Amino acid sequence: MSDTHSETVAFMRETMLPPQPPPLAQSGAIRWLRENLFSGPLNIALTLVGLGIVWLLVGAVGPWLTHSVWNAGSMAECRQIVAETWGQGATGACFALVKHRWNQFLFGFYPQALYWRPVLAFGLLFLALAPLLFSESARARRVVLGLALVLTLVVSAVLDAPGPALAGMAVAMLGWAALVEARPRPALLASLVYPFAAAWLLWGGSLWTEAMALAGFAMGFVVWRGLARFGLFAFALAVVAAAAWWLLLAGPLAAALAGVLPLRLQPVSSDQFGGFVLSITIGVAGIALSLPLGVILALARRSDLPVIKVLAVMFIEFIRGVPLITLLFVASLLLNYFLPPGTNFDVILRVIIMVTLFAAAYMAEVIRGGLAGLPKGQYEAADALGLDYWKAQRLIILPQALKISIPGIVSTFIGMFKDTTLVVFVGLYDPLKAMSDTIRASFEWKGAYWEPYIFVGAIFFVLCFGMSRYSMYLERRLKHDHR
Amino acid sequence: MVTYTGAVDPPFRLSMLIYDRRYRSLTLQAIVFILVMLAASWIIDNTLKNLADLGKTLSFDFLFRRAGYDIPQQLIPYNSDDTHLRAAVVGLLNTLLVSVLGCIAATVLGVVAGVLRLSSNWLIARLMTVYVEVFRNIPLLLWILVCLALFTEIMPPPNAYRGENPAAGMILFDMVAPTNRYTAIPSIGMTNPPGTLALGREGISWAFIAFAVVIAAALAGRRLLRSWARRVQDQTGKRPTTWWISLAMFALPVLLLTWYFGLHLIPPVLRGFNFADGINLDNALVVLWLALTLYTGAFIAEIVRAGILAVSRGQSEAAFALGLRPRRTMSLVILPQALRVIVPPLISQYLNLTKNSSLAIAVGYMDLRGTLGGTTLNQTGREMEAMVLMMAVYLALSLIISAGMNIFNVRVRLKER
Repeated sequence: MSDTHSETVAFMRETMLPPQPPPLAQSGAIRWLRENLFSGPLNIALTLVGLGIVWLLVGAVGPWLTHSVWNAGSMAECRQIVAETWGQGATGACFALVKHRWNQFLFGFYPQALYWRPVLAFGLLFLALAPLLFSESARARRVVLGLALVLTLVVSAVLDAPGPALAGMAVAMLGWAALVEARPRPALLASLVYPFAAAWLLWGGSLWTEAMALAGFAMGFVVWRGLARFGLFAFALAVVAAAAWWLLLAGPLAAALAGVLPLRLQPVSSDQFGGFVLSITIGVAGIALSLPLGVILALARRSDLPVIKVLAVMFIEFIRGVPLITLLFVASLLLNYFLPPGTNFDVILRVIIMVTLFAAAYMAEVIRGGLAGLPKGQYEAADALGLDYWKAQRLIILPQALKISIPGIVSTFIGMFKDTTLVVFVGLYDPLKAMSDTIRASFEWKGAYWEPYIFVGAIFFVLCFGMSRYSMYLERRLKHDHR
Repeated sequence: MVTYTGAVDPPFRLSMLIYDRRYRSLTLQAIVFILVMLAASWIIDNTLKNLADLGKTLSFDFLFRRAGYDIPQQLIPYNSDDTHLRAAVVGLLNTLLVSVLGCIAATVLGVVAGVLRLSSNWLIARLMTVYVEVFRNIPLLLWILVCLALFTEIMPPPNAYRGENPAAGMILFDMVAPTNRYTAIPSIGMTNPPGTLALGREGISWAFIAFAVVIAAALAGRRLLRSWARRVQDQTGKRPTTWWISLAMFALPVLLLTWYFGLHLIPPVLRGFNFADGINLDNALVVLWLALTLYTGAFIAEIVRAGILAVSRGQSEAAFALGLRPRRTMSLVILPQALRVIVPPLISQYLNLTKNSSLAIAVGYMDLRGTLGGTTLNQTGREMEAMVLMMAVYLALSLIISAGMNIFNVRVRLKER
């Protein structure tokens, strides 16, 4: 016993010794290395293989990257600079191409003086999304709003937006951001207006065309709410009213209003679209349209009504069974056959329709998984509360089902955004192949293979990786159970 | 005593079609059905009118006319005098070829990458994470174009292999020569060929049939062996060692046949300007195969990782507690559970790969879209028929694969009692 000991022994240390540092092999970097890289023969072998791979990659690409040239007017000049600086036979990347032609990768053949319009449309996208995507975390929302505002203005100014446009942009964006912060619910209405504003900014022309299209939706909504007690018939009537508006009244009315108050932007035709402006336009439109369509298809496929179920199954399985390329070819070759003789509509719109249908079928399967994953008690509880089908879906089932399916939904989005590159095969100028080929076909940049791919690939990576990280954030934020 | 006689159903009135939930669903379905039929007939009517305006009729006659174009990569004999139908079949076989090769290679790559991503080795796990994230987040088209550029820009021309001190060396024991136009690989030769079974213009070598029969027989034998081993185990409690018997059942006859037919590899040799004797694989095929493998492999790696993580540690601990050896723990406890999670998404990746093979258009590989939906369509001007046929074939392929998946799902479903 130590206390008895202390009385019998003459000398006793009264203070504790300071703890010794652990042995060198058991701490710090060495321990980490031993545990993570050299813990056994297999591990050592794997580490060596890994180092070999890194060595090979760095050896193959490293010099080429470090010898890169950023200021040159042509490929030949690039090669000359590399040869002068690093000696004959040295290879180097020629990112001068990116510096020279970045605008084509981003904007295609969009008129240079109007670059601020797609930029503004893209910036406004974040304002429109902020109340939806970052509704719970005020800090994240403010960061997104602030960044969108400042970046849009700065980029537009750098891209030589005219002064009045810049001032208008600043006022509109500040007003909208304030609306989002102060009155979230009206801000949602503004988000609904966004697609029409974006279409106007991108394609230009008279504002009244888009405004009348929007008015059709508004009128349909008013009819539906006004006759809400008639249930589904109100909905049918609303559809008829909106269709009548678009077909009969919208055109003449837009022309008349344009005569009274011409609010026009310089029109930009669809064949001037290209690069990431095209990709993002198709991608965002497809995402926005395919989600509601996917929800409807998923509900139809789980419906008790056999006719509706069979129709949904046929549609979904057909779309999922054929490659997107064939659907795009249908859009470019066959769609005109299906419509009344003489109709011919915009090729970007056709592609958006096909991409939407394609993504909606996949989306429907993802959401169906979410619906199936919901415990049966939820459906029974909704019934017990006396909710009708649509109320039960809207208030009880879908919020939970969509929450479960977020990872799948976002990966469908990512897949669709990547698939927008396939529009090159129906003659549109995607950033990846068509733009690279166009630039490579020019005299100055003949023989530039890797630089365009690296540039475009990096942008795609940032966008897609960002989306997948956002979905992880959303999953964490919405996870209320299993804590 | 009061007896409850039950409510009497009210007589049917027309208004019940709207207000009674029992009948409303019927009304709704009828309306939807009529609307869909109207839309369909509208589209068909438009199509017929449009075709008539252009002076075209719907007819599949063009399939039996002379195609008049060449296909560089073919699995069955084909020349430009053959019909469009045969060209389409050659294209379909090319689609299947690149899909099957891609599925096999992507599975191997994906399993390796998925397992290594969970490895305790920091470096390897990070490398695999980078591989997976980079390949998943960049469009497949870019990988196809990059692989194409790799082959056309970096690989040497065939005549770089010429001479005493060639600029390029063949790889893999001097068996494979990648060039900027094709990849020369060895072909299989026989010193004692058994002749071929003629089936029209195609022929199947008897040697191939013999190998197929032997392997099928060995598979059947392995089944019998396993059921015998199980019986013995049930009776005596001891499982006889069977692995070397089943190995021998495969290896011995195969080796015997190989020796009998004198099977050997004929390496490609440079003759004139090109390689001869071996098989010159069109680079379009190699590029597409490589890109599809790398891209789909990244997705499969994630699936495999999720499947392994889905089996909790308690399962293997419980198996060890029951006294199962590690190998049988793996085959009886871990794998069946992991596979239940892995296989359905894996098969849908196979489906994606098959559909993505239509990106062959970017490298000029003549797959189904390249023949039927490409050259044939352009030459005959039969967009409608060619597209309908092509979509039907792709649809049939997908439905066959998903039918296979459904069979598997039913077989491995948790049997809850």
